[in-house]
Amino acid sequence: MSLRIGIDIGSTTVKVVVLDEHNKLLFRSYERHYSKTRERACETLHSIEDRFRGQQVKLVITGSAGLGVAKAAGIDFVQEVYATAAAVREYYPDTDAVIELGGEDAKIIFFGGALEERMNGSCAGGTGAFIDQMATLMNVGVDELDRLSLKHEKIYPIASRCGVFAKSDIQPILNQGGRKEDVAASIFQAVVDQTVAGLTQGRELKGKIVFLGGPLHFLMGLRERFVDTLKLDKEHAIFPEDGDCFAGIGAALCAGEYQPRPFEEFLRLLEESVDAKTTVDSMPPLFTQQKEYDEFLRRHNANHPPEADIQTYKGPAWLGIDAGSTTTKMALIKADGGLLYTYYHSNEGNPVAVVLEQLKEIYKRCGQRITIKGAAVTGYGEDLIKNAFGCDLGLVETVAHFNAARHFNPDVDFIIDIGGQDMKCFKIRNGAVDSIMLNEACSSGCGSFIETFAKALGYDIASFSKLGLFAPHPVNLGSRCTVFMNSSVKQAQKDGASVEDISAGLSISIVKNAVYKVIRATSADDLGKHIVVQGGTFLNDAVLRAFEQELGRNVTRPTIAGLMGAFGAALAARDLHLEHSGLLREQDLASFTHTAKPVTCGLCTNHCSLTVNQFDGGRKFISGNRCSRPLGKEKVQLPDLMQYKYKKLRAMEGVGEGDGSRGRIGIPFGLNMYENLPFWFEFFTRLNFEVVLSPESSRMLYLKGQRTIPSDTVCYPAKLLHGHVEALVEAGVDAIWYPCMSYNNDEGIGDNHYNCPVVAYYPELLAVNVPNLKKTRFLDPYVGLWRHKDFAKRIAVLMEQEFGVPKRETRKAVKLAYDAYERYVNVLRETGKEYIEYARAYQMPIIVVCGRPYHIDPEINHGINDLITSFGFVLVTEDALSYLEDYAPRKVLNQWTFQARMYNAARYVCTQNDMQVIQLVSFGCGTDAITTDEMRDILESGGKLYTQLKIDDISNLGAVTIRIRSLMAAIDARKQQK
Amino acid sequence: MAELVYDNTGRLLFTEEMKKEYTLLMPQMLPVHFAMMARLLENEGYKVEMLNTSGKSIVEAGQKYVHNDTCYPALLVIGQLIDAIQSGKYDVHKVGLLITQTGGGCRASNYIHLLRKALKKAGLEFVPVVSVNLSGLEKNPGFKLTLPFVRKAVFAMMYGDIIVQTSNQVRPYEVTPGQTDETIETCMQRLLDEMNQGKGLSLPTMKENFRWIVQAFRDIPVQGEPKVRVGVVGEIYIKYSPLGNNNLEQFLLSEGAEPVVPGLTDFIIFKINNREVDVDLYGGKWIKKQACRIFEDYVKKCQRAMIEAMKEGGFRAPGTFDDLHRLIKGYLGDGNKMGEGWLLTAEMLELIHSGTPNIVCTQPFGCLPNHIVGKGMIRKLKDDYPFSNIVAIDYDPGATKINQENRIKLMLANARELAREGHAAQEEAAHTPAGV
Repeated sequence: MSLRIGIDIGSTTVKVVVLDEHNKLLFRSYERHYSKTRERACETLHSIEDRFRGQQVKLVITGSAGLGVAKAAGIDFVQEVYATAAAVREYYPDTDAVIELGGEDAKIIFFGGALEERMNGSCAGGTGAFIDQMATLMNVGVDELDRLSLKHEKIYPIASRCGVFAKSDIQPILNQGGRKEDVAASIFQAVVDQTVAGLTQGRELKGKIVFLGGPLHFLMGLRERFVDTLKLDKEHAIFPEDGDCFAGIGAALCAGEYQPRPFEEFLRLLEESVDAKTTVDSMPPLFTQQKEYDEFLRRHNANHPPEADIQTYKGPAWLGIDAGSTTTKMALIKADGGLLYTYYHSNEGNPVAVVLEQLKEIYKRCGQRITIKGAAVTGYGEDLIKNAFGCDLGLVETVAHFNAARHFNPDVDFIIDIGGQDMKCFKIRNGAVDSIMLNEACSSGCGSFIETFAKALGYDIASFSKLGLFAPHPVNLGSRCTVFMNSSVKQAQKDGASVEDISAGLSISIVKNAVYKVIRATSADDLGKHIVVQGGTFLNDAVLRAFEQELGRNVTRPTIAGLMGAFGAALAARDLHLEHSGLLREQDLASFTHTAKPVTCGLCTNHCSLTVNQFDGGRKFISGNRCSRPLGKEKVQLPDLMQYKYKKLRAMEGVGEGDGSRGRIGIPFGLNMYENLPFWFEFFTRLNFEVVLSPESSRMLYLKGQRTIPSDTVCYPAKLLHGHVEALVEAGVDAIWYPCMSYNNDEGIGDNHYNCPVVAYYPELLAVNVPNLKKTRFLDPYVGLWRHKDFAKRIAVLMEQEFGVPKRETRKAVKLAYDAYERYVNVLRETGKEYIEYARAYQMPIIVVCGRPYHIDPEINHGINDLITSFGFVLVTEDALSYLEDYAPRKVLNQWTFQARMYNAARYVCTQNDMQVIQLVSFGCGTDAITTDEMRDILESGGKLYTQLKIDDISNLGAVTIRIRSLMAAIDARKQQK
Repeated sequence: MAELVYDNTGRLLFTEEMKKEYTLLMPQMLPVHFAMMARLLENEGYKVEMLNTSGKSIVEAGQKYVHNDTCYPALLVIGQLIDAIQSGKYDVHKVGLLITQTGGGCRASNYIHLLRKALKKAGLEFVPVVSVNLSGLEKNPGFKLTLPFVRKAVFAMMYGDIIVQTSNQVRPYEVTPGQTDETIETCMQRLLDEMNQGKGLSLPTMKENFRWIVQAFRDIPVQGEPKVRVGVVGEIYIKYSPLGNNNLEQFLLSEGAEPVVPGLTDFIIFKINNREVDVDLYGGKWIKKQACRIFEDYVKKCQRAMIEAMKEGGFRAPGTFDDLHRLIKGYLGDGNKMGEGWLLTAEMLELIHSGTPNIVCTQPFGCLPNHIVGKGMIRKLKDDYPFSNIVAIDYDPGATKINQENRIKLMLANARELAREGHAAQEEAAHTPAGV
C-alpha cells in the first residue's frame, strides 16, 4: 500500500498531511497562505520532496479553497466535511458530534444513525476570521485576546448571528469602559452561541464531542467557552492533538480510493497549474497614469483650514473631541478655525486614557499663552468623556459633521462620513440635517474592514490601499457585508486575482456599499451638488477616487477629513461664547483616576448592562442605562402608548368573566397575539377557560427555545415564539392555542388584509420543530376572523370537536369576543387622543412610532419607547391614528393589515405640525423592504422627516440615540427657520 | 409614435397602437415553457422577446433600482428588464414590459409595483408595464388574454413540463452531447406549428402529442450506469431560473448527478386549489369554489395523461397533485398557501418517496414563506426519513457560487455514501416512514 497525502486548502491556511500504511502521521504542516494557495501548497510539498521523491503516493485535495486548485491541477477532490468525518471515524469511532471551526467556516457533524452535516449558511459567516477581526478591533493579537478571555468576570451578550453584528455590540462596551477581559470572553461566547444556535437546528449536541480546526486548536479561551456552554466533562470534550489539520488527515484517508502516482508527478501537476488563470470579473482601473493622480491630489489638497501655530499663538482657543468608535480625534482651534493642535489615533479600547494623555499634552503646549474657553465632545464615547473631563457641551455626531463641512463648503447639501466602524450620510436641506442614513449593522464594513483584510494578506493599511491605485483590473466584489466579502475575495483569490486588483476592488466595494446599500442612490443628483466627504476612510485615495468615479462627479475632501467630527465640535464649543470652560484644569488632571465596573441593572425587566465609571473625587458616571432610575432619580413618565398597550395586553390573563372550569388554555404572547389577544381572551374566558399567557419575553426565554429554531435568518420576534411555547408546556396548560392566520382583520384601508407569511404560518413551524409540544395539545387550526358569521360557524364546530363545547355557547362567546376586541380598539384610539391633547397642552412634540403590534414587546424594542420619552416626546402608535385616514391607492401593493396602518398613520402625520414618525423595523423582516421606501415617500413628500430604527436581538442603543438626537436637532433647526 | 395614455389611477396603459409598434420584453424563468409562451404571443400579433441575458450587469441594475433587502428574484427579474432596456439594443420609446402578477400574502406580489418604481427611478416611467394574470387585474386596451389564448398557454405549460421532465431523464446519459437539447427544439417547433393551426388543443390530441414527445426522447441513444438523482425544489423563480440559481442544473450534471426538477403543473393546480380551500376555511361563494373545481379537475386530467404517457414510455413519472396532497398530511395544513406553500414540502416528500432522497432546497436569502415550508420542515423530514439528504441553499447577490457549490458537493458526497451503503435500505426507508 502506498503513502497517502491529504492537502487541506482552507480560506486562510494550507494543511498538508502524510500518512503511512498504518495511518501513522509521517508529516503534518499548518501554514497561512495569504491568498497564495497554490504556491503555499507547492512550497510545502517541496520541503518534503527529499523524503518522498520516487515513491508512489495517493494524493487528494480538500478544503473550501481547494476545489479550484484541484480542478486546475487535475487532482482528485473530496469535500472537506466528508473528509473530516472520515478522519473522526478512524480515530474516535464512538464520537457523537464534531464541532469544527475554520477561518471562515463553522461546521457541526452529527454521527450516530445517518451522518448529518451542517455548515454555516451564507449569513452566519466568519469564525476564525471573525476572531481576527475582533482582535484587530481591540488592538490586541489573537493570542493576547485568548489570554485576556481566561481572566473574565462577566460575559456580555453579543449578537451571535454574524460577525458584523457582534462588532457593533462590542464597540459601545469598549467605549463605555467595559473590561477587555470580559469583552474577550464575550467574543468567544458569541462564537459558541453562533455555532450552537445556528447549526444545531433542533438536534441536541450531546455525548462525546470532538473539537477541530485552527481556532479551537490554538485558543484555550474559546475551548473553555464551548466546554462551559455545553456542560461537557473531560471524557466528552475531545481536543485531538492534530485537531488543526484533521480535514487533511481525512483527505489522506480518503485518498486510499484513488489512483497512485509518483510524488513528483503530483508536485508537477500542482506547480504547472499555478499559472493557469481563469477569468475574474473586473472593473476599470482607478488611475491609469501618474499625471491623473497628481492632478487629483492637487485638487483635494486645496481644501484645508487656515494656518495656525501653537508655539506662537496667544489668545483664546476651543477644544473639540470626537470619541469615535475605534479612534479618538481631537482638535484645538482659533476663532477663525485655524488648527492649533490635532490628534487622531486608535482609542485602543480605552478612550478615557487617550483623552487624558492628550489633554495633558495640550495644556503643556498651551502654557500661559492660550486659554481654552470651551470644550465640546461628540461621538460614541460622548457621555463618558463629557462626564470624565467636564466638557461644556455634548453634541450628536451628525451636527458636528455638518458644522465642520459648512466651514469648507457653505453650500454643502450632502455629507458622507465613512469612519472605521460606521458610515453616516445625510442631506442638508434648508440649512438643517435631514434624511440621515446610517449603515445598518449588516453593511457596516467600512474602514476597519479594509484594515482587517490588509492584515490578513500581510500588509499595513496604507501600503495595501496604495497598491490598488494603479491596479489594471480591479476585482468586482459586489456590495455586501463583510462576511460575504470574505467569500468574494476568496473566490477572486481562487481565480488568481492579484493583490493589487483585490485592494482596488475592496476600495470600490466600500463605495458601492455606501452608495447602493446605505444611501441607495441611483444617480449623483440623488445625493446633491455639493458633496463633502469625510471620515478617516476617505483619506484613502483609492476609496475617494472610487467614490468620484461611481458618482461621476467631483467632491470635496478636506485635508482634515479624518478630524471633521472633532473640528465641528470645536466650532460648536466656540459658538457657545463662554467666558470660562468647565473642562478639568491642568492641575486637576494630575489626580485624575478612572475605573469601570460592569453591573446589570435590576430595576426593571430591561436588565440594562450598565457600566459604572468611577472618577477621582467620588465623581461617578453610569452608562448603558435607558432611563434615569439607576441614576437614583425617579423615572419621569411621559405619555407612552406603547407602554399603555403592553400593560393592557399583559393584564388579559386568568378567568375573566368566566369561572375557568373548562381548563387552562395557554396563549403564546408573541407575533399577532399582540393584535388578536383581546379577542381570544374574551372568547376563551366566556367559555369558562382560564387563559394562561406565556411569560414576558426576555433574553432567557429566547435562549430557552433557541436550539429549536430551524432558520437563523428569520426575524427575532418569530424566534422568540420558541421560548414562549416551551414556557407554556412547562406551565402545564391543558392546551396551547395558536391558530394559523393567512388573513387578519380587514380594516378597509388596504388592498387586502394578509398577515406576512411568517406571522401566518409560524404555528405550523413550531408544531414540527419543538419536540416538547408533543407533551401538550397544540392547537394550530386555520382561522379567519374577518368574516364574523363564517368564523362563528367554523369555530363552533371546532370547539365542539376539541372540547365538547355546545355550539350555541361558542357562538355567543364569539359575539362577545368581537365586542371586546372593538372596545379594545376604541380605548386605544381614545387614549391616543388624550395623549395627543396632553402633548398639545404642554407643547411637547409627538412621536408616532410605526411598526407591528408586537414591536411593543420590550425585549423586541429594547426599551426604545423609554428612550424616546426620555428626550421629551409624547409617544403614540400607528394603530391609534390609522383610522383617521381613508383608503388611498399606494404605489406598492398594500396588502397586509398591519403594514396598511403605517401608511395611513404616516399620511395623517403629514397633516399635523407637531408630529414626526419613527418607523421600527426588525432585521430580517421581508415586508419592510417594501414598506420602508413607501413610508419615506409618504413622509418626505408631506414635508416630514423620515427616521427608521432597525431592531435586532441585541440592543445597540448608540445608533438609536444618534438617530433620535439628529431628529431632534433637525426638528429644532426647522423650528428656528420658521 | 404611440401616445401615452393613462387610466384614472395614473397607470400608464398599453394601447392598441402600442401593440403594433412596441416590442414586449419578458423575463426568463423556465427556458422551455417561457419560450413557448413568447412564440404563442407572437402569433397573437405581439412583438415579444424573451430575455436570455445573464451576467453581473443584471444584478447591478437590480441593486441600483430595487430596495436591496427585497427578495433576490425581484432584484433579478427587474434587473434583467431594466438592463435590457438600457442596453441600447431597443428603442426605449418602443418597448413594453411583460411581468406576471400573482397576488397572495408573499411580498413577491409586489413585483409589478416595484418594477414601476424602478422604472421611475431610472427615468423610464414612459415604458408601459403589462400585467399577465388570470385574475382580471390591471386591464390594458392593447393586451387582452382571450380564452383561446389562455387555453393555449395552459397547454404550452403542460407540454413544457413533459418535455422538461423527460429530457431531464435522458440528458445525463445521452451518447451524443447536445442531442437532448436539439430534440427539445424540434418538439417545441412541432407543437407550436400545430397549435397555430388550431391543433393539439384538445385532451385527445394532447394525449397523442404526449406520446410522440415521450417517444422522441426515448429514441435518443443513452449509455452508462444510473447516476445519483438530485431533486431540486424551492421558491419558484430560484428553483427554475438558471440566472437565479447560478446554473444549478448544469452544475449538478457536471458533478455526474441527474437533476430531478418537479414541474409547473402542480403549482398551477395548487394556485387554483388555494381558492377552493379559502372558501372551505373562511367561507365565501359556493359558485366560486365550483368554478375553480372545474378548472382544477381539467388540469388534473391533463396531468394524469402526462403521467401515463411518461410511464408508458418507460420514464419515471411524477406523482399526481392528489398524491402530493396526501403526503403533506401531518406536516402542513391546506391553508398554507403563500409562496409555494405546502406544495414545496410535498414535493420534497414526493421526491423522497420516489427514491430521490437527495434534495437541494433553493430559496432567495431571507425568503419569508421558505422559513416555514422549506427550512422549517427539514427537521421533521429528517426525523421521519433518516436517509433523506436535504441541503438548503440561499441565493442572493452576495452569495458566492463557490460557497453554494461547496455545500451541494457535501450533499453529493453524502448521497454517494448513501448509495454505497445500499440503495435497498434507502428505498425501503422511503416507503415506510420512521415512526409509522
